[in-house]
Amino acid sequence: MTGLGGEVIRTLLGAFAMALFPLVVVVFLIWEARKVIGRMQDRLGPTNAGTYAGPFALFQTVADGIKILTKELIIPTGADRGVFVAAPILVVTVAIAVWAVIPLGPTGLQVVDLDIGAFYVVAISALAPFSMIMAGWSSRNKYAEVGAFRAVSQIVGYEIPQVLALLIPVLLTGSLSLQDIIRAQDIAFIFVVPLAAFSFLIACVAEVGRLPFELAEADSEIVAGYFTEYSGMMFGAFYLGEFINNLTVSVIFSVLFLGGWRGPWVDQVPWLGAVWLMAKALLVFNVLVLFWAAMPRLRIDQVLAFNWKFMVPLGLVELVTVAIADKTMESLGVAQGWERSAGLLVANLVLGLAIVGVLSLVGREAKRRRSFRRPGVGAA
Amino acid sequence: MIHPFAVVGLFLVVSLIFGVAPIALAWLLSPKKLNPRKQQVYESGNPTFGETWIEFKPQYYLFGLAFLAFDVEAAFLFPWALAYNQLALYAVFEAAVFLGLLGVSLVFVWRKGWLEWM
Repeated sequence: MTGLGGEVIRTLLGAFAMALFPLVVVVFLIWEARKVIGRMQDRLGPTNAGTYAGPFALFQTVADGIKILTKELIIPTGADRGVFVAAPILVVTVAIAVWAVIPLGPTGLQVVDLDIGAFYVVAISALAPFSMIMAGWSSRNKYAEVGAFRAVSQIVGYEIPQVLALLIPVLLTGSLSLQDIIRAQDIAFIFVVPLAAFSFLIACVAEVGRLPFELAEADSEIVAGYFTEYSGMMFGAFYLGEFINNLTVSVIFSVLFLGGWRGPWVDQVPWLGAVWLMAKALLVFNVLVLFWAAMPRLRIDQVLAFNWKFMVPLGLVELVTVAIADKTMESLGVAQGWERSAGLLVANLVLGLAIVGVLSLVGREAKRRRSFRRPGVGAA
Repeated sequence: MIHPFAVVGLFLVVSLIFGVAPIALAWLLSPKKLNPRKQQVYESGNPTFGETWIEFKPQYYLFGLAFLAFDVEAAFLFPWALAYNQLALYAVFEAAVFLGLLGVSLVFVWRKGWLEWM
């Protein structure tokens, strides 16, 4: 087949393969996360105790998926039916739509190398809060409503430090294309602008609602948050969407700060890029899983205060510092290569030390005020 | 050669299919034995009382407003970051002033006490 028709069909096939990719990976990531969490909590995680689900119960998630298909879909009385059904569809759609621009390898292993790739990622993931407010509001359930409010205020808030941190690789590269950003990382950006990588990671954890930012669906407080009323596959869609988002932010972090598909022998064997990218993403994903296993849940006021009083100012200061330090070095004549990277690293480290200093001063002040108010309590 | 955004459009359609398919399949496969008790809103087993769709804590609205200012700013910063390599030092300082103004708005919100949980 030739001409436009053939090309459309080829693009469609590629799109199907790419959309299927996160779904398949997530099936095993859920298994892996459950195993790790189990071990962290002195349990075994999924095993073959009752039924056989493959070696090491590897296909437990597939079995769960088949089971959940046969569960009744309940729409509560008084719910806004159309919106109620649309919300889980939107969750999965948005989670997969981001993968249009994810570069799995140097050429070919990407649906489209959009020249505004990074902007597309931000724009599409900004749709996620819509599905949450739709789910929470249409359920006509008080737990769901509280969960939706929490989720939306948290996610839109953490979008700001996320975007500010994402601007820094864009600024260093001079392009919004994810391929260009990867190609510019002769030294992975995490070693050039570690503070930006740090704030991007924290913002990502908050965006996907992983512990310690899990309070939108805090099980011990508000049942399951905004998807309290969902059952069967509609619940499964939220669960799936959440895990796809976990994978997506891990991959995007790897692309922006860990050099994406770059690694040994990629020039000879392009598909190795996908292996390197997924290895890096798995590393980041497991950091999220360890957070999940190790951290307690924060309160909503703590989460929002942390964002607006720490993350947003940090993002602003970091962006200004990097921009000015880089331009100053350029006018001094060190615009290229490792000298530029080293200069930016030094600027970042100085800024990091300054932030730690300010924080410890603020903390000491708060402690002094507390002990002044209640003598004897804060003395130790 | 298809236009890149046409490809994105195709991909959006494909991801919509992936969103609809599992729920449609479950709709076909799942049992449909509804009764009023099953369809009750879940509030820990008690019948729900009062209206759910009410005016809720205004604090969230204030955070939404603050977000709006910063989100518009982010949209302005994308072209600046993109053109950064061609900019002179003074243009970078101008952007710093712009960010500083937003910092001032953040300080204003902070001093106003809107960031405190009421």
